Amino acid sequence: MNELSQGQVRYLNQHKKHKRIVRFSRAAILLGFLFLWEFTANVGIIDSFIFSSPSKIALCFWGMVMDRSIFLHVGVTLFETLTSFALVILFSLLAAILLWFSERLSEILDPYLVVLNSLPKSALAPLLIVWLGANRTTIIVAGMSVAIFGSILNLYASFMTVDPDKLTLIYTLHGNRFHALTKVVIPSCVPAIISTMKVNIGLCLVGVVIGEFIGGREGLGYMIIYGSQVFKLDWLLMSICILCLIAMALYALIGSIEKWYLRRF
Amino acid sequence: MDYILEMKDIYYAYHNMEGETKALEHISFAIKEGEFIAIVGPSGCGKSTLLHLIAGLLEPEKGLIKLNGRYLRDSSTSIGYMLQKDELLEWRTVYHNVLLGLEIQHMMTAKAKAKARELLGAYGLEHFADSKPSELSGGMRQRAALIRTLVLEPDILLLDEPFSALDYQTRLNVGDDIGQIIRKEKKTAILVTHDLSEAISLADRILVLSDRPATIRQTVNIVFETPHLTPLERRNAPEFKNYFNLIWKELNPDE
Repeated sequence: MNELSQGQVRYLNQHKKHKRIVRFSRAAILLGFLFLWEFTANVGIIDSFIFSSPSKIALCFWGMVMDRSIFLHVGVTLFETLTSFALVILFSLLAAILLWFSERLSEILDPYLVVLNSLPKSALAPLLIVWLGANRTTIIVAGMSVAIFGSILNLYASFMTVDPDKLTLIYTLHGNRFHALTKVVIPSCVPAIISTMKVNIGLCLVGVVIGEFIGGREGLGYMIIYGSQVFKLDWLLMSICILCLIAMALYALIGSIEKWYLRRF
Repeated sequence: MDYILEMKDIYYAYHNMEGETKALEHISFAIKEGEFIAIVGPSGCGKSTLLHLIAGLLEPEKGLIKLNGRYLRDSSTSIGYMLQKDELLEWRTVYHNVLLGLEIQHMMTAKAKAKARELLGAYGLEHFADSKPSELSGGMRQRAALIRTLVLEPDILLLDEPFSALDYQTRLNVGDDIGQIIRKEKKTAILVTHDLSEAISLADRILVLSDRPATIRQTVNIVFETPHLTPLERRNAPEFKNYFNLIWKELNPDE
């Protein structure tokens, strides 16, 4: 360690300093924001009835922890998000594989997928309520509807970018299209599949919250709508804060799966 | 006369919306077991297409292909194909890359696995069996690709410019290596190349193709006075230069 040249030491120090500044600034923005919010609400610059305040949100959160109702709402939203995420991954993989097997089918279906993908999915939510009822199935389907078409298109596109010479290799080894899929296409697309998952988990959360807005009896989306209707803005803002944390945690989960995969291969 | 491979009056063309591109026309030749054939010709003349036809990846529009006297479709003659690039799969170890063909053909017997280990050992890769392909040099990768083909025990080995992706020095060494491996395993081989000296150093017989649409312009039997020369020794033999000039003239008739 003491063999490092002066230049290298200077470089390492600069790097450490850079990292420190980034971390410090991030924390400072958060704390500064919370402080400003609390301060202006307390001295009456903003109306704490409409804007709430960090302390009121914390108290509200603690109250709901004590009566255990928060666990129900967070749990329901998490369950719905993870279920719709798992179903999106499963169905979009199956669909992309099907399209990959038949180029003709993918050419036929292409305009439909493009339209369905660009359609604002929130427009579908009321329809889903009518068709499926105001229940958990509807909310999970709403979550899926936001992510699935983009996911199919992305996965299919990444399947199609696989090096054609690698496919020829499989055929020269007397393999068929199924072998090409399992030995080359899927393994080489794992990074693409993981990055599609990263996008999907966020989109599923969006869809689930939309679903809860209009069809939920529990969950954070329901709390947001209910809070706005009875003017309990502590509830509303607390739910938004929790949604931020959930989104971060889910993204970090996929990120750690990705890291594990990259380390392994 | 028994031939392991017979090609009779093969015709093949590529089609697209702009029209038809003739690739091969009136191609007829036959190969005996154990022969090493090289096919040379100007680049883009349809040499690789010819190998694709023999491997059954493409079907000729006209003409017949027979393996050991039976039509390609009904034949049980096994064909190994070595591509231009090694195409090792990066997410598999060298050993598991070598086993890929066995996996696909459901031949993962203990005997086949032992054969794979043995070939890795015989060709200097035993210490790299559990490495990733990226840790291997270009020449080692090409050897691993050859072992992947050989472990399937093919009756005919097709080599599609297998050394062209290597730098010149590696290319000479790997060509020498692989040439000797094929001789030792007594394989029937067809090598496609645009490198004349490579063809002369390796083959028993050279087919010279014309420009597109490719026809066989000439067949040259390569005979050296001293038998069993290695590819590198052939390059230094007195006959080498004569063959080179002969085929060179054949490929460039206008000069």
